Amino acid sequence: MNIKNELNSILAIAYRDFLKFIRDKQRIVFSLIFPLVFIAALGGSLNANLESDIGYNFMTYVFIGVLAQTLFQSTASGVISLIEDRENDFSQEIFVSPISRYSIIIGKIVGESSVAMVQIITIFLVSFVIQVPIILPRLLLLIPFSLLVCLLGGSFGVMVLSNLSNKRAADQIFPFIMFPQFFLAGVFSPIKELPTYLWILSRMAPMTYAVDLLRSTYYKGLPEYNKVVLHSQLLNLTIILVLTTIFISAGTYLFIKNERNR
Amino acid sequence: MHAIEVNNLVKRYKKATTNAVDNVSFTVDEGEFFAFLGPNGAGKTTTISILTTTLAKTSGELKIAGFDIDKDPKEVRSRIGVIFQNPSLDLNLTAEENIRLHSIMYKQYGFKPTYKLMPKEYKNTVTELSEVLGLGEEIFKPIKTFSGGMKRKLEIIRTLMHKPKILFLDEPTSGLDPLSRKNLWEYLNTIKKKENTTIFLTTHYLDEAEGADRVCIINHGKIMINDTISTIKNKLIKDHMYVETKTQEELNAVKKELKTHNYKFEDRDNGLIINVKNSHSQELIKSIKTNLSKINIVQPSLEEAYLNLLNNNYEH
Repeated sequence: MNIKNELNSILAIAYRDFLKFIRDKQRIVFSLIFPLVFIAALGGSLNANLESDIGYNFMTYVFIGVLAQTLFQSTASGVISLIEDRENDFSQEIFVSPISRYSIIIGKIVGESSVAMVQIITIFLVSFVIQVPIILPRLLLLIPFSLLVCLLGGSFGVMVLSNLSNKRAADQIFPFIMFPQFFLAGVFSPIKELPTYLWILSRMAPMTYAVDLLRSTYYKGLPEYNKVVLHSQLLNLTIILVLTTIFISAGTYLFIKNERNR
Repeated sequence: MHAIEVNNLVKRYKKATTNAVDNVSFTVDEGEFFAFLGPNGAGKTTTISILTTTLAKTSGELKIAGFDIDKDPKEVRSRIGVIFQNPSLDLNLTAEENIRLHSIMYKQYGFKPTYKLMPKEYKNTVTELSEVLGLGEEIFKPIKTFSGGMKRKLEIIRTLMHKPKILFLDEPTSGLDPLSRKNLWEYLNTIKKKENTTIFLTTHYLDEAEGADRVCIINHGKIMINDTISTIKNKLIKDHMYVETKTQEELNAVKKELKTHNYKFEDRDNGLIINVKNSHSQELIKSIKTNLSKINIVQPSLEEAYLNLLNNNYEH
């Protein structure tokens, strides 16, 4: 395998996803609405009513959670879109080309990660306008860790993709595996205290570690750290790397195997 | 060496009870124009998907350009070009961006985010191609606005970027208007002459197969006939004559006369079908003394012959 050629193909596939996103104005607007509704409406209203009791700013809490959730979900669903184009679109062209199947998957993850990063930069900008209380240097520190969250989301997408046979199955299953994670991962609800069964499910959800990685990074050394963070930054990083490795290798293996065996 | 070699190919889809492709064998020579015909669901797209490495076979042996499709899929992929039944262009990209992505994936050029940064050789090729397409500067515009025929042409041009030895065309003209179809075929024929590309075509338009060197007709996953177009015409097309008389007695008299001259015939409606080549029809008429009230000289089209074959009305 010629690594330089494969790298070129990965970049070309990733760049295509990026171009596709920035040319789709409607998609850009829609990708912003959902996170902003949660941050402004949910975070804002809960904060106004709860702040004195919980001892930390709830809007900031939801803001960081929604950042992680957007990165994770956007990359995952982007990777899963590979299945919908496989049926009657451009990816036929990718699948008959002589590049490695691993390059196709990695290119797709890289591309969808870049799309997710563009989305959260726009969320950053809008959050300044609606005045979410944020400490700017800490926010900037989140950027390198955001890439890891994308990687986890993308590899989770590959794992889901490898077990689906068609677009209809993807459309039905995706919300089912994504929405419960919003609550289990504590995107906009505190999960410090949970009943045992929820605690188990919460620790099983990959998104939990994505959200907690960003919170453990942002809140490090702040007085409310113990109230909002579950695990140390290091533990989150370790778990994310382990999960990503498992998802990518097993997912790509299964995907390649199932892709031709119909 | 054959361009395509298929031995005992079988494909049964998961959960299916019958084979979509049932023990099919054929070869295609280098530079040959091979037409793969059959009705919907005959197994054409299944076969082409297996040949182009996007679908796994159930059993059989397949070689493309001398490479086994399971052992050396990469070698196979770099030597073939595929035009799919459904257009596979990225509509959000410009024509040039589609072409660029293709040539990077086929390892001709390194990745560059803009056209300006691409090497001169690439730019020259693109300029040339846009002239062939009659696009000019529009090659830098998103292809959403292109007509169906134009998109097809662009797909073919894109595929030709990596100079494939074998071009697979899966119903390339479905959904095109007659003029676009005609233009596309003129263009394909020019390419075939210029590059000596092997063409594997699936279609259900019989007239498109007329230009083929060889035609293979498949139905229910089995090959029904595989031969040169002229042999197929000779085999399938049976000229005949239809005659009627005013009375039944006269008809019987005609039958008697035909028998003495050794013509084969059968009853049809109120008259007789007589098997005779059109070139011999005058001879036949001369030999019949009985009064005929109606004479029709019939030559079925290849299309009719093909439909007859599919309806199993064809006797071997």
